Amino acid sequence: MTVSTVAPATVEGGVGTSARRPDGILKVAGEFAYSSDLWADEMLWGATVRSPHPSAEIRAIDITAAVALPGVYAVLTAADVPGARHYGLEVVDQPVLAIDEVRYEGEPVAIVAADHPETARRAAARITVEYAVRAPVTDPEDALSRGDLVRHVPVRRFASAGGTALTADVVVTGTYEVGMQDQAFLGPESGLAVPAEDGGIDLFVATQWLHVDQKQVAACLGLPAEKVRLSLAGVGGAFGAREDLSMQVHASLLALHTGKPVKMVYGREESFFGHVHRHPARLSYEHGATRDGKLLYVKARIVLDGGAYTSSTPAVVANAATLGVGPYDVPTVVVEAYGVYTNNPPCGAMRGFGAVQACFAYESQMDKLAAEVGLDPVELRRRNAMTTGSVMPTGQLVHGPAPVADLLALVRDRPLPPAATGDPRERPGGVANTTRGEGVVRGVGYAIGIKNVCFSEGFDDFATARVRLSVVGGEPAVLVHTAAAEVGQGLVTVQAQIARTELGVTKVTVATADTSVGSAGSSSASRQTYMTGGAVRAACQAVKATVLARVGRAGELALVDGKVVASDGAVVASLVDLLGNDVVEETVEWRHKPTRPLDPVTGQGDAHVQYAFAAHRAVVDVDTELGLVRVVEIATAQDVGKAVNPQAVVGQIQGGTAQGLGLAVMEEVQVVDGVIRNPSFTDYLIPTILDMPPMAVDVLEMGDPDAPYGLRGVGEPPTISSTPAVVAAIRAATGRPLTRVPVRPEHIAL
Amino acid sequence: MAINQSTAPAETGLRGPRGEPVTLDVNGATYAIELEPRVSLLDALRDHLDMTGTKKGCDQGTCGACTVWMDGRRVLSCLTLAYSCEGHQIATIEGIAQDGELHPMQQAFIDHDAFQCGYCTPGQIMSAIALLREGNATTDADIAEHMSGNICRCQAYPNIHAAIREVRDADDGG
Amino acid sequence: MEFLQPADWAEALAVKAAHPDALPIAGGTDVMVDLNFDRARPGALLDLTRVTDLTDWGTDGDWLRVGAGVTYRRLIDELAGRVPGLALASRTVGSPQIRNRGTVGGNLGSASPAGDAHPALLAAGALVELASVRGTRRVPVTEYFTGPKRSVRTPDELIAAFLVPARPGAEQFAKVGTRNAMVIAVCSFALSLDAATRTVGTGIGSAGPTPLRATEAEAFLAAELPWETRGAVPESVAARFGELVGSAARPIDDVRGSADYRRHALAVLARRALAWAWTDPGGAV
Repeated sequence: MTVSTVAPATVEGGVGTSARRPDGILKVAGEFAYSSDLWADEMLWGATVRSPHPSAEIRAIDITAAVALPGVYAVLTAADVPGARHYGLEVVDQPVLAIDEVRYEGEPVAIVAADHPETARRAAARITVEYAVRAPVTDPEDALSRGDLVRHVPVRRFASAGGTALTADVVVTGTYEVGMQDQAFLGPESGLAVPAEDGGIDLFVATQWLHVDQKQVAACLGLPAEKVRLSLAGVGGAFGAREDLSMQVHASLLALHTGKPVKMVYGREESFFGHVHRHPARLSYEHGATRDGKLLYVKARIVLDGGAYTSSTPAVVANAATLGVGPYDVPTVVVEAYGVYTNNPPCGAMRGFGAVQACFAYESQMDKLAAEVGLDPVELRRRNAMTTGSVMPTGQLVHGPAPVADLLALVRDRPLPPAATGDPRERPGGVANTTRGEGVVRGVGYAIGIKNVCFSEGFDDFATARVRLSVVGGEPAVLVHTAAAEVGQGLVTVQAQIARTELGVTKVTVATADTSVGSAGSSSASRQTYMTGGAVRAACQAVKATVLARVGRAGELALVDGKVVASDGAVVASLVDLLGNDVVEETVEWRHKPTRPLDPVTGQGDAHVQYAFAAHRAVVDVDTELGLVRVVEIATAQDVGKAVNPQAVVGQIQGGTAQGLGLAVMEEVQVVDGVIRNPSFTDYLIPTILDMPPMAVDVLEMGDPDAPYGLRGVGEPPTISSTPAVVAAIRAATGRPLTRVPVRPEHIAL
Repeated sequence: MAINQSTAPAETGLRGPRGEPVTLDVNGATYAIELEPRVSLLDALRDHLDMTGTKKGCDQGTCGACTVWMDGRRVLSCLTLAYSCEGHQIATIEGIAQDGELHPMQQAFIDHDAFQCGYCTPGQIMSAIALLREGNATTDADIAEHMSGNICRCQAYPNIHAAIREVRDADDGG
Repeated sequence: MEFLQPADWAEALAVKAAHPDALPIAGGTDVMVDLNFDRARPGALLDLTRVTDLTDWGTDGDWLRVGAGVTYRRLIDELAGRVPGLALASRTVGSPQIRNRGTVGGNLGSASPAGDAHPALLAAGALVELASVRGTRRVPVTEYFTGPKRSVRTPDELIAAFLVPARPGAEQFAKVGTRNAMVIAVCSFALSLDAATRTVGTGIGSAGPTPLRATEAEAFLAAELPWETRGAVPESVAARFGELVGSAARPIDDVRGSADYRRHALAVLARRALAWAWTDPGGAV
């Protein structure tokens, strides 16, 4: 790892160190309690009846046979929902249980609780639903022409006032498609709802945002929020798929109805129907440039298929629109982005969130333009690279570092990997013995992407942290409590690191996230280290101020190694003496600088908080006759502002990159006429260790003055540009246009 | 929409489909439980023996999260009939640490940050230790081929490689 | 559901005769998926893991007889030199964990058109040994498959073993998947060239309702190969052979690939496998 500006790590286990995960021992020992591992006395098991049709009217539901099955405690339908019968992240439009109609395959219709999971499944199978099947709307363009619009975001910016004609010496056009990707977290949706004595519910669940779940669950149960208490259970991956509710309301309903704890665990197939996916997209682009490759304009039309319900489609559309030309200076931009309703599976958040689809298109266009003007693809990108002080298509000035040209140079200047050896495992096809070198051509491709960090468009984005300092067992100890969801990204590690650095105390415990403390916002939008990290830092600083005030002495004081230290290094007091039996606790609600909504006509506005960038270079070997691909190596460079935990940062970059690789060559939920054809890991393929190439990672630390420690969100950027880089490399090897991802063997070979 | 619902509560008392007695040897201890014949070793471990360290990711042999050892060989507990395990020694992630000491592979996974969410980790570790025992870890290509049955969706693969290499090299040295 | 666990082969056959609806299970790597997903709810399970006769292999005259319960791992470790094509195929089956349990007997029992072992067995001219209390019969694998997941096995029969010629020809196996490991075949192809008898065997997987032979391609190649001189295979012969293999397939469009692609890929695999088998009679890599 290359680090350009290294701040000395002054505190052991503090900010800037690769502190170990506090939950690591439990995870390697098999003792970490994931949401599917929970158990309670007298516990019942829930199961869900789902629609087999993408669109149908419900004529009748007969639950008699299910209720009659021994061991069944409850069978509930929409009529049994005591509160709001719909929920939703941004728009409340998704039924808890289908009301009179179903709008996508897999939509929940009824739920069952029984004393054994097998009994619950069998009972569910005995529920008869009479459907009047309707022709589903599955083509997004059809949906658009019918007016089934979730949101239209235009972004219009012109080089000169009053608009200009879109003309240029060099014009390249292209239409691109992105298939539906699944987050495919390994630990399926699950949780345990326990009825409480006060008539409320205690819900233990794997989620990305406890408080947004709480709000929706409480509304549906008809309970005040304080009677719906959520605790974070172990999360087996998220990647956006746990932003929307899955089993939360269902298990709670069953628990309240039966008076018993109810556990629900989705199987893998059900999981494909139990959460939203990445929006499939169709993107038409026109790039105009001078003969020496300077961009003059970009015109784009982006249509994202939101599926049956709104979910987070409005924000995904805004991202695709505002980030739609990539990290380039473009004088004139006309982007029209649409999200539509269809009877396809609902789509919402997945790592990269609208930026992924756009990046595949604009980076494919940049390669096309480079070929057209006879420039090296990296050189073309560098000539158009945005920098600090650039203006986004939204009119927003980019204040912070924007090292786009530097990132491209870093991946370009990495030495190329050697040719494959004779080992079959280094060839396309691996041990399947498809080639001994016949037809194999190497290709190299580049891409760079841009992502917004934190919530945008004027959203009141905040995080809450409670920090308590006291003496425990004769030494100072800190307890950090937030509602922020650790989903594997290492947030609990980072929270403890920040507390150690700010308070000079080694012994830090991070409490289980729950709703007894204020909201932390979602573990999404690459925002949690920024936001909850910022809140923990602010709370620590408040604790520190309170403690130092007790010293009653002017001048600069610091907390180091459990002591109050003066600026000359003299120890003024020990925390143990200063605190005695007292507890100092502060709770802080922390906000990033405000953002503004987008103008609904021009798409102008300071909508985003921070921009993050990553570049990739992919090297592939392609069996051009069979269309099989082996990614040989990926080099990547990313600016993270400040690597709060360098090891975790690199892990995020590697993981995100590999998920982008998956989208490039294998991952797609295949939907035909609204029906998912491959809801299993047999046919929804995720990269194995044999598919993941060695990676060269450059990490830049160019601090953002507005962000805590100068950090920049890390999680999403690597997922964005790795897909177009891999596809560019395959194009370089094959000469095929490859306008759709995932690239399938027949796209290359036929 | 018409809803038919009988109001009488269902007959209770049955704990699912009927079971038959079976004896399982897991991590050196013997357990007598009752199971329906169709139950997988995975469900027996998780739902009947309260050993939830072994994870269910797909229930059809395509993710590797449920990897355990049967007589020292790694197998998928979701595709192994619990009944057919009678008389065989089963080892799970819960039995890997000895006297509170993590196995070197467990420690290497922590040191190399070879997981993020950790859901696949028990299966990865069961495979990784077996891999070394099988002698299939000489090169990175060997490791990749013989770890390819364990999906990590966080894609911590580079770090899994590093952890296995470290334990392999320590074994060679010692 | 009953659980039947015979201690030996005779008892297994008796049990199967008494419970023809019992679902035989050995490694479980195929059967368990249906059980876990509630797609199969047989009246009884017939666990064959105690029947040690099934895990033996040995020669039987001019044949190598391999018990139905020999795992893929053992085929790779113990028999790679005797069943080179099948060993190549075994290495592509599922994952190491699955190869530790899964068996060719199970593959034959399921009779899926995508079974990785089938093309290699077809190419090698294998026999399937079926047994019941009525007696034992050996069925050429070319006649074994009757439809998708259907075979000539009668309800009272169990798969005892498969047999391949004790002296294998030059064998190859290649499989196309959209991932570099742990993948079900988009299509697969196996080839056996027997210089002694100047015969050609082929097997096609995942490109038809059953595993298939490319009989026309076999006859063409047997006639055209320069057996005498061992000279290079003319390019036109290799190309024609590939075409004939491709046209012998009866593929459909599905989630794993299109019919056109499968035909194309089979032609490519056939050409390549021919080149490897002809120049490197030793077979397996």
